[in-house]
Amino acid sequence: MNEEGMIKAGVIVFPGTNCDIDTKRACEFFGWETQFIWHDEISLDKFDVVFLPGGFSYGDYIRAGRLARFSPVVMQLNEYIKKKRGFVVGICNGFQILCEAKLLPGILSVNDNTKFICEEVGLLFENGHNEGESTSIKNREPIKGGDCHLPIAHGEGRYIADENDLRKIKLNHMAFLTYVNNPNGSDENIAGLWDRENNVIGMMPHPERAIFSETGNTDGRAFFEMLESYILSLRGEALALTKQSKKGN
Amino acid sequence: MQTEQKIELYKALGLTDYEYSEIKNRLGREPNTLETYLFSAMWSEHCGYMHSRKYLSRFPSGGAVSHGENAGGVQVGEHVIVFKAESHNHPSAVEPFQGAATGIGGIIRDILAIGARPIALLDSLKFGKITNNFSKHIFDGVVNGISHYGNCIGVPTVAGEVSFDESYTDSPLVNVMAVGIVKKDKIRSAKAEPNKTVIAVGSHTGRDGIHGASFASKELNENSKEDRPSVQVGDPFIKKVLIEATLEILELEEVQSCQDYGAAGLLSSSSEMVYKGECGLDLYLDRVHLREADMQPWEIMLSESQERMLFIVEPNGAEKVLNIAKKFDIPARVIGETTTSNKYRLFWHGVEVANLPPESLAEAPKYTLCEEEPEYISEYKKLNLNRTTSIEEAVKKIVSDPNFASKRWVYRQYDHTVGTRTSLKPGQAGAAGIWIHEEGGVAGLAIDSNGRQVFLNPYEGARNSVWECCRNLISSGFKPLGVTDCLNYGNPEKDEVAYQFVKSVDGIAQACREAEIPVVSGNVSFYNESPERRVFPTPTIGMVGYVDSPDKLLKTAFSTDETVILIGKQINDDSDIGGSLYQRVLYDFLGGEVDKTDVKLEKQLEEIIFELRDKKLIGGCIDVSEGGLFGAVFEGIKSGNTGFKGNLVYSNNAEKALFGEITGRYIISTANSDEVTKKLESQQIQYKTLGLCANKKIEFDGYSFNTTELYDLYDKSIELEMGR
Repeated sequence: MNEEGMIKAGVIVFPGTNCDIDTKRACEFFGWETQFIWHDEISLDKFDVVFLPGGFSYGDYIRAGRLARFSPVVMQLNEYIKKKRGFVVGICNGFQILCEAKLLPGILSVNDNTKFICEEVGLLFENGHNEGESTSIKNREPIKGGDCHLPIAHGEGRYIADENDLRKIKLNHMAFLTYVNNPNGSDENIAGLWDRENNVIGMMPHPERAIFSETGNTDGRAFFEMLESYILSLRGEALALTKQSKKGN
Repeated sequence: MQTEQKIELYKALGLTDYEYSEIKNRLGREPNTLETYLFSAMWSEHCGYMHSRKYLSRFPSGGAVSHGENAGGVQVGEHVIVFKAESHNHPSAVEPFQGAATGIGGIIRDILAIGARPIALLDSLKFGKITNNFSKHIFDGVVNGISHYGNCIGVPTVAGEVSFDESYTDSPLVNVMAVGIVKKDKIRSAKAEPNKTVIAVGSHTGRDGIHGASFASKELNENSKEDRPSVQVGDPFIKKVLIEATLEILELEEVQSCQDYGAAGLLSSSSEMVYKGECGLDLYLDRVHLREADMQPWEIMLSESQERMLFIVEPNGAEKVLNIAKKFDIPARVIGETTTSNKYRLFWHGVEVANLPPESLAEAPKYTLCEEEPEYISEYKKLNLNRTTSIEEAVKKIVSDPNFASKRWVYRQYDHTVGTRTSLKPGQAGAAGIWIHEEGGVAGLAIDSNGRQVFLNPYEGARNSVWECCRNLISSGFKPLGVTDCLNYGNPEKDEVAYQFVKSVDGIAQACREAEIPVVSGNVSFYNESPERRVFPTPTIGMVGYVDSPDKLLKTAFSTDETVILIGKQINDDSDIGGSLYQRVLYDFLGGEVDKTDVKLEKQLEEIIFELRDKKLIGGCIDVSEGGLFGAVFEGIKSGNTGFKGNLVYSNNAEKALFGEITGRYIISTANSDEVTKKLESQQIQYKTLGLCANKKIEFDGYSFNTTELYDLYDKSIELEMGR
């Protein structure tokens, strides 16, 4: 793929973000041109995908993600989404920010055991608008205990939404990622949401930590591969023929 | 000030008559009030290492990089893995959450000051019995503090040890080890050169932690809770920002050196820099950014407010430093300059308020300790354990003892995967694995201690602790490269403690020479005792190893149908097993002699383990430590979720055979037992085939256990005490 066609990813960095480097490394593994975006940046147009990575933005004062939503760059996200310029992906603290900013429904509250939880969890990965829509995810070998295993690491990961929102989530197939064994008491086992209309994705698990075989888990690649195919189709491009060639490992 | 009042002051500040007269000798005059405060902090045990310095020089340091700086390291390719362990025992006893949290903050800053990015944390925690409510409270608070702070700053907590023993009831031990990585040519020194600008970066200076250093230099008693204002409060959010800002500032070529504010705050950081650089310093205290406007010079100098760094910069680079701080919204001020004068001078609104030679502050007196063997040593050696329990009951008690049982309750609260470097996670192997993608290999990290053995025999016990840590690394596939230590003892002014300290320092030094690895850094914590109890002498050993490929890592898990083989020493009726965990758990017994490490055997075992690994003949590997032979087999099959059928009792005393602890043993599982045993025989290495991994049951020598029941006891032991 030439320079023009290269996927451009932006990783937003707030004071207190701590998964920025991990997210950038994951994007670069897929050959995406990736840049950090400091929290006071006001132009996002050049990016095909913008990540809100994990961490403790602004120290998680008041509540996780509560303060980050007032930053210039999050204000700018509204524009970016409205224009349907590309994808917005919030992971962990990023998911919390998206909910606080009302870009996704519901909120993330303190885990039901009140403790921070770090472990690998089994997840069901639901892809596509309609049942039966075939993608690379669906065709992967099923993994025992769920479609995939990803690390979680959060103190406030219990997803809560009111009845209305839960109905909307169901109707629009938004809960693309659910826990096999709910670790934190989330409603409907929800681990991740996808607003398909606006290309906004939020998830508590960390796919960016499950890319490299050296860490013993590569299940996160499926998420990035899926994202890539959606970004390319959003651009109106066919799945790049060269896709195989740029992915080693 | 009148002389009479001054006597009051130096005594109140904890200086002895001898120390005060030594100060007068060195200065050729009486120190003024502020100077007396400065000496009281720098000549406290915590900063001055007065009882330990003489002995710490016995540690071998050959091969270490950046030894004698804030933290030392070992070289791997073009990079240096920097590491150091530090204690935060006293603050954690009084205020467990903040005490543990700021302990991490402090050790992270040491790594940062070298210019290294922190990539991993480990901890060694000791508490009183878990059934004791006070110990429970401290345990919960400490784990919570580590979790809160470590998780926020984005540094994974990847390994550790937690143990419970009555001796730690009043003085819990909280030792934290931090590991960082830096390119060798980017390492920064803490040495200052003259005619440079001094810049303070980070949080405002407040009244917290004043006299923390002298607080840590006395025994805890019922009044210790009144010392609570001495415990600093940490802010991991500011720390995370400070990490990024510091690393960016250190990229500037105008920045000459860097030092963190640790114990005794601005005083020790600034005086150590000029002492190491053999230059002078003029500091203008009215320029320091303060949280409380009415703070006095002595308070500014001694404050232990967290999240502050000191930079020595070429004058023309000062603005660049201030600009980076501004970008990160961190306060920063130019507060002085280094000079050629060899004087440490403090100014307050234009008036000189202190003027001291830097070496007088930095070179606290060194005390010589008593090395006479205390009576208890020979008394305990003679003690004999002549009681037995039914094996059924003993097995259940061991697997559910919190010292042996699963520590999942603890490590589940620590983010151990942030950073995307964790190759071996907690519970997977004897050591943690941190992927060094800059070089293509994996660093092995382990932390270990054995207070019971060191109590019984300070020299051999400490020597065994080092070798045990080596085995943790080797059983995970790593070659040991370097050591850091955190030496925890009671009051060194008491002869018994002095002996324990000196002998265990000698034991560590000897083991490091034998293993040919340097001690790169370390820390000493004395006065871990109350009027009722004193901690076991507990030298905590932190170790870093390396393997050049992730494919060469070894994990604990045994798989069904694999053969289980013991490689190394075997217990017989004459074996010394003093300090074994089972004696403490089953009978509250401590006595006898500890086993001695056989260096030649250890090296042979290392070689054969690596050879078998390279030939892909090892399924799971584990070194035999607490819980003995049974404990190791249990952990192997538990980790692989299988069972065991075979023989484990090879001496008359079944308990001793199953649970006794000696050095020089590994257990492996293998799918090619013929090939493995042929190899072992050809190299004349002692081994024993123990049995086979089979499903659902643990069966040996006529005993049979249901794995589901034992695994449940093991998994839920700590959770049952502490809540999910």
